Amino acid sequence: MIAAISPAQTSVWIILGYLGLLVALGIVTSRKFKGTSNDYFLASRGIGWFLLVMSLFGTTMTAFALIGSTGESFKAGIGVYGMMASWSGIVHSAVFFLVGIKLWALGAKHGYVTQIQFFRDRFESDKLGILLFPVLVGLVIPYLLIGVMGAGVTIEKITGGAFPDLFAGGGVGPTAVKAGAIPYWLGSGGICIVVLVYVFLGGVRGAAWANAFQTIVFILLGIITFVVISDKLGGMKQATAMVLEKNPHAVRRTIRENEPMTRYTEGKKEFDKALAVWHKKPADSRGAVPNAPKKPHGITQLHFLTYMFIPLSVGMFPHLFQHWLTAKSAKSFKPAVILHPLLIMIVWVPCVMLGIWATSAMIGDPPRPVIPWGQGNPNAVLGQMVGVLTRGDGAGILPGLLTAGILAAIMSSLDSQFLCIGSIFANDIVAHYLGHDKVSDRQKVVYGRVFVILIVVVTYVLALQRPGSVFTLAVWCFSGFAGLFPLVFAAVYWKRVTKAGAYACVLVMAATWCVLFAQAGYGAKREYLFLGMMPVATIVAASTLALIVVSLMTRAPSEKTLAKFFER
Amino acid sequence: MKKLVYGLIILLAILHQDFWLWDSEYLVFDIVPIGLAYHAGVSLAAALLWAMAIKYCWPDDVEVLEEEIAHDSDATGGAA
Repeated sequence: MIAAISPAQTSVWIILGYLGLLVALGIVTSRKFKGTSNDYFLASRGIGWFLLVMSLFGTTMTAFALIGSTGESFKAGIGVYGMMASWSGIVHSAVFFLVGIKLWALGAKHGYVTQIQFFRDRFESDKLGILLFPVLVGLVIPYLLIGVMGAGVTIEKITGGAFPDLFAGGGVGPTAVKAGAIPYWLGSGGICIVVLVYVFLGGVRGAAWANAFQTIVFILLGIITFVVISDKLGGMKQATAMVLEKNPHAVRRTIRENEPMTRYTEGKKEFDKALAVWHKKPADSRGAVPNAPKKPHGITQLHFLTYMFIPLSVGMFPHLFQHWLTAKSAKSFKPAVILHPLLIMIVWVPCVMLGIWATSAMIGDPPRPVIPWGQGNPNAVLGQMVGVLTRGDGAGILPGLLTAGILAAIMSSLDSQFLCIGSIFANDIVAHYLGHDKVSDRQKVVYGRVFVILIVVVTYVLALQRPGSVFTLAVWCFSGFAGLFPLVFAAVYWKRVTKAGAYACVLVMAATWCVLFAQAGYGAKREYLFLGMMPVATIVAASTLALIVVSLMTRAPSEKTLAKFFER
Repeated sequence: MKKLVYGLIILLAILHQDFWLWDSEYLVFDIVPIGLAYHAGVSLAAALLWAMAIKYCWPDDVEVLEEEIAHDSDATGGAA
């Protein structure tokens, strides 16, 4: 006798099946593992164009691309595409073309495995590595948080009602968890473990294969999500018409006087009621003050323009550097440079449409909003849309598949980040200081794995505190990496850049980042702008200025170094 | 041709700042807001321009480095 399986449970089994597939893929790719650290960290520099396209795209598209873009367009309207996606299409490809290909060639010629090795050599400075190591790891951690938090939230929202005997749920307001839902701590922890397993088994080759597989999965399932949700909302025209009727500012980047703002006005009514109830409670049992909804505001020209600096971050992502080095040849980059903007468009346009539809979508009789008016958690919007609108279909098959697609996007970034963190620790700290001849290949791999576990535990503990919105975290993390872009660009193109200039660049970036991050309430002020601009613009300007001025004031690099890195 | 391609990429970056569509509610096919459709077009144009960059602006020094790498690899019997 087989007990009936509820739709929510079916979703859970599909998600588990997908995670099992990834582990199986890790086992298959582990058979190709040659046992050397070069193979573990760089796939013996043998990745062809298809896997490179998929790895680069899958790695740059995170929970941020799916969950963050949907959530942010839900909050701020269509402008999010122009700010992040179309700028990324232009700038990411520029960085791949102008920086990635050169670094690949230099890496292949001089045998670099990590960014820090390159910078130590290029700037004739051992200690630069000591400075860069905590900065890079410190910036990767929030990037990891984006994925870990995104996974936990998505699983929690989509599995509500699956196992009521095991998980009680609870809470109030936007963070309330439905009874039976796989809790956030378990979902995010489980995803970390699965990614660790397939990365440990297959190394960067395993990650590249998993990325390719997952990128295909999340693109396909993203499209299916879009089609299904638009159908559930009565078609695309109907879904957009509801936005024009209830929250028309979402299709623009301006706010007009006396226009309907149903989400805000209804959310405000709910807030006022909740606040009245809160005031009536005895002071010792009130709990936190309810969150007031934020009134929509437009996007300024300067805010929009200065987003262009954010995608420069890809030039300094350590995990992307590692993927560049895995390429079989410079020609392998060609399809990646061309296809990257198109793939971004394919993923982002539907997500942004889903985000603006979510502002106004109504279902049922009498009609009620798909996303409750008082909903304040943008990270949860995509999961809620999928969960609410597709729960009854195919006994939970569709929600399960769609969740697998979201998780695929998340994991295709986490795997590369886990690997690169292990790689820079094993190569730039352990082997560098103990001596590469004293640390065997196998030991490098082991050290790398141990350090990754340590970082994942730290990230997981931080994720349990739910430190902020996926989008805000990502923007600050990317701002730091973007602030280091002048360093890599100058290293490749400017002969006159010096060791002191490199130090100045890193230190000024770190100082500017810290000051602005503190002014932004450590991420609490989500809409923080400095002089009306994205903080990243100031960070990049300050680090570039420091690099140029200090380089010109100090002695030029040796002829030997210049001969090593530049054609005469 | 190289200067033209890079010039077009800079032009695309300038056209990215579509201030003339900031307040438009026009819907393409009654579905996609014009501000979003325009930027989807920017993505398409970016792909086209980077394809041109690959054809006309491919870095010569990388070709030289690749030859050196191949030469070094042959000299060491292909050992990494």
